[in-house]
Amino acid sequence: MSIIQKTASEQLALLNSGELTSVELTQAYLNQIEQIDGQVGAFLRVETESALAQAAAIDQKRATGAPLGKLAGLPVAIKDILCTKDTPTTCGSRMLENFEPPYNATVVEKLLAADAVILGRTNMDEFAMGSSTENSAYQTTQNPWDTTRIPGGSSGGAAACVSADMAPLSVGTDTGGSIRQPAALCGCVGLKPTYGRVSRYGLIAFASSLDQIGPLARTVEDTALLLEVLAGHDPLDSTSVNQPTPAYSETVNQPLENLTLGVVDRHFGEGIDPEIEAAVQAAIQVYESLGATIKHIEMPHADYGIATYYIIAPCEASSNLARYDGAHYGYRTDQAEVVAELAEDGSDEGPLVRMYRKSRSEGFGEEVQRRIMLGTYALSEGYYDAFYLKALKVRRLIRQDYDAAFEQVDMIIGPVTANPAFAQGEKTSDPMAMYLEDLYTVTANLAGIAGISLPCGFTSGGLPVGLQLQAAPFQEEKLLRAAQMYQAATDFHTRRPELS
Amino acid sequence: MSEFSYEIVIGLEVHVQLKTKTKLFCRCRTEFGNPPNTQTCPVCLGMPGSLPVMNKKAYFLGMRTALALNCGIPKFTKWDRKNYFYPDLPKGYQTSQFDLPMSEEGYLDIKSTKDEFEPRRVRIIRAHLEEDAGKSMHDEAAGKGDSRIDLNRTGTPLLEIVSYPDMRSAAEAKAYMQELRLLLTYLDVSDCNMQEGSLRCDANVNLHITTDDGVIATPIVEIKNMNSFRSVERGIEYEAKRQYDVWQETGKVLGELPKQTRGWDDSAQVTRSQREKEESADYRYFPCPDLVPVIVTDQQIDEVRQEIGELPSALRERLQNEFGLTIYSADVIVNQGLSLVEYYLELAAAAGDNKLAGNWVQGEVLRILNDQEIEIEDFPIDAGRLAELLQLIQTGDLDSSKAKDVFAAMLTSESSAADVVKELGIEKVDEGALEALCQVLVERNQRIVDDVKSGNEKAVGALIGQAKKENPNVNPGQVRQICLEIINNL
Repeated sequence: MSIIQKTASEQLALLNSGELTSVELTQAYLNQIEQIDGQVGAFLRVETESALAQAAAIDQKRATGAPLGKLAGLPVAIKDILCTKDTPTTCGSRMLENFEPPYNATVVEKLLAADAVILGRTNMDEFAMGSSTENSAYQTTQNPWDTTRIPGGSSGGAAACVSADMAPLSVGTDTGGSIRQPAALCGCVGLKPTYGRVSRYGLIAFASSLDQIGPLARTVEDTALLLEVLAGHDPLDSTSVNQPTPAYSETVNQPLENLTLGVVDRHFGEGIDPEIEAAVQAAIQVYESLGATIKHIEMPHADYGIATYYIIAPCEASSNLARYDGAHYGYRTDQAEVVAELAEDGSDEGPLVRMYRKSRSEGFGEEVQRRIMLGTYALSEGYYDAFYLKALKVRRLIRQDYDAAFEQVDMIIGPVTANPAFAQGEKTSDPMAMYLEDLYTVTANLAGIAGISLPCGFTSGGLPVGLQLQAAPFQEEKLLRAAQMYQAATDFHTRRPELS
Repeated sequence: MSEFSYEIVIGLEVHVQLKTKTKLFCRCRTEFGNPPNTQTCPVCLGMPGSLPVMNKKAYFLGMRTALALNCGIPKFTKWDRKNYFYPDLPKGYQTSQFDLPMSEEGYLDIKSTKDEFEPRRVRIIRAHLEEDAGKSMHDEAAGKGDSRIDLNRTGTPLLEIVSYPDMRSAAEAKAYMQELRLLLTYLDVSDCNMQEGSLRCDANVNLHITTDDGVIATPIVEIKNMNSFRSVERGIEYEAKRQYDVWQETGKVLGELPKQTRGWDDSAQVTRSQREKEESADYRYFPCPDLVPVIVTDQQIDEVRQEIGELPSALRERLQNEFGLTIYSADVIVNQGLSLVEYYLELAAAAGDNKLAGNWVQGEVLRILNDQEIEIEDFPIDAGRLAELLQLIQTGDLDSSKAKDVFAAMLTSESSAADVVKELGIEKVDEGALEALCQVLVERNQRIVDDVKSGNEKAVGALIGQAKKENPNVNPGQVRQICLEIINNL
């Protein structure tokens, strides 16, 4: 077994025992990226030089016996939505093509403090808006299990690079399912923490009340290790919650006794791929065989999840993305063209407004523009009450559904997606079909609870199937332990896509 | 056309920059006048991924002000985004408060000492917090279309105080602004510098005109750009006349025209149309998801209430009722600010004569402060030293004109009043000697005696002049009194 096929936890043990150096490990991943990322397209930028320099520095530090961070020497891939000082951070958008933030996101600071090696930036849907990574302004990412298919999104690069052994650990973000859905479609583990568990400072906002940063890895253990580093209160983010971070990596292997899992019957039947249903049902049986009790529960308002989400998220996005106006940083249209255009069309629109209009039309892709317009419309006078305010009310009802459910069960178990990875281009002209990709995941974001996706089987066509577990706020520790119970009893996570 | 009487209806929106060291949502400093864009950070620049964190000090200064304005403080308040595009607004929205402001329903009482208007209680709709925008500097030099943006001010905490349309004259609006500024100064919550923009006023103005067919209202105009109390007064006066003339000309009433924004041009002394506003602007307010709501306890509100010292209106009453000062004197002293009030209180206590202290503070002390353009903190005679001087007046050792000479000398020396008296060679004249001197003068001046006897009391002034020649230390009042007594007894 090559070193890159080992789990991060195994690699860490080898690093600590001196059998492996961070430079060797980093180089092995760089080689793998070099070999196969041409087929996958997971990375927007690979930071070869700085990664090797960082790795050498950490090896040096280890050799001197200095205290080391929790990820000392482990390479980590970062979704290109997390600000990194003096390094391009594009958010998958032309708008930020030449943008280099003058500061680090809090999670980037935490990764550096944990002595992680930053391997590169992964591809994503523009401003995290999408479910297939096809909305990236720069490139598509292919699903490592079938390169004619999408990897999911928006953290498609983050999931694909882990799945194809191009990074042991990767950081993504999840606003409506953007970690869990690509993790499911690429056959890796992805966790969306409770809203407020991880600081959003430096995460380029899509929908502030829904966005969370979370870990992706091949195993639950590795996911626990990375979450432990990412999580924690941050005075720079007033929505981050001041709760101590449990030592997830130390407890992850302790099975839960008397586990009660809730099953929502409406998750199955109509609309779900039968092979996915079968895999998820089989996973439920695995839990039963491990001693879990299964309860059937109702989530009366879950059907409104997508509608609610596609009001709230675009509303927040329309405001969050107003700052990309060409005036201060990022893309600005050609000034001479503005002047020439105005002279030609004789419009009474001032040059400033025309500059805004052109910069935003040229800098943003189609899906981002669609959502800005949806949100602007829904917040407008006369529509606010019918759309935004109503969506907030439904959001509260969805949270109440969860609260009621978690009084009866420890966790909710079900599918992550209704279908396996679809073909590139299949849904690009049908936004509604694309939005329905989030069917099983958005409610966790609306309610602010935690959710994890883990591999639970394959379709007959060899595509990965994901299992979702959802837990009450700040119950990540139990969520990881429950997920690890399943992973210890199954071997889906050990399979590898075949890429030449 | 015939003329009709009208009433001016005025509501004011006042923006107060709160005196915090750092901005409302980041740790940048708030100082005025530094080089452009040197007081900025990713948060106030609206950089991607940056997040606001509320400055608690700003919230509590806002609360202190709101309490002093008799506002109620809701236990729950939240932040909203006001969305619009402008280059000096880097996020594309202003973080403000929309439907649940941090305070509401208060009032401020105004009075005129010159009887310009009846005392009035101006009700306050709300006072809410928001962040200031940056400054656009338009380069209007020929051939240049550049605008430059300074974001130093971006994110400075503002308290917006919105009054009901309760004022009925430009003088009332000016008095409201002056009283509000005085209050803010007593509260120590703002620099209140209208020139630097730390106190800004927009006025909503229209007229209620009594016509033959009843009362009509003219369209409401918002006046901006009034950077002094005088321009508030003049801007409103101008606007009232303008609206009346426009109504005479067009007959347009409220509702028939969109709300207009006009800027006060101080050099031309006119208001000019800026834009037809608000009707088309939709700010798409919604709760800011990056900031948690503020929840405050009764105890916290009480603590802030404790911080508030005695306020101008209460002090004026106390100076009248307890210290026996006239309304006018109390007003003059209180309006100079808390430091002068404290000086007065110390002086009155030490001198033992409230009225005399009042006269001196309001007279000589203020005259020097104005002449030298200094604050009472820099006034060279502290209350203790001045009290000694006032005591010399009370004992009759000094007459008021001598006292002024001593006062003038004390301004440039550190000596006590008594020492200055000695240095100037002022001596109290013995009463017996004074009477003897008067007797001699009366005997020497039969013509003056006759004049006085025939009813011209003023003629005795010539005796005072002679007395002063004989002895410069004599008290003219005493000379006058004694001479008159002697003459009358002849």
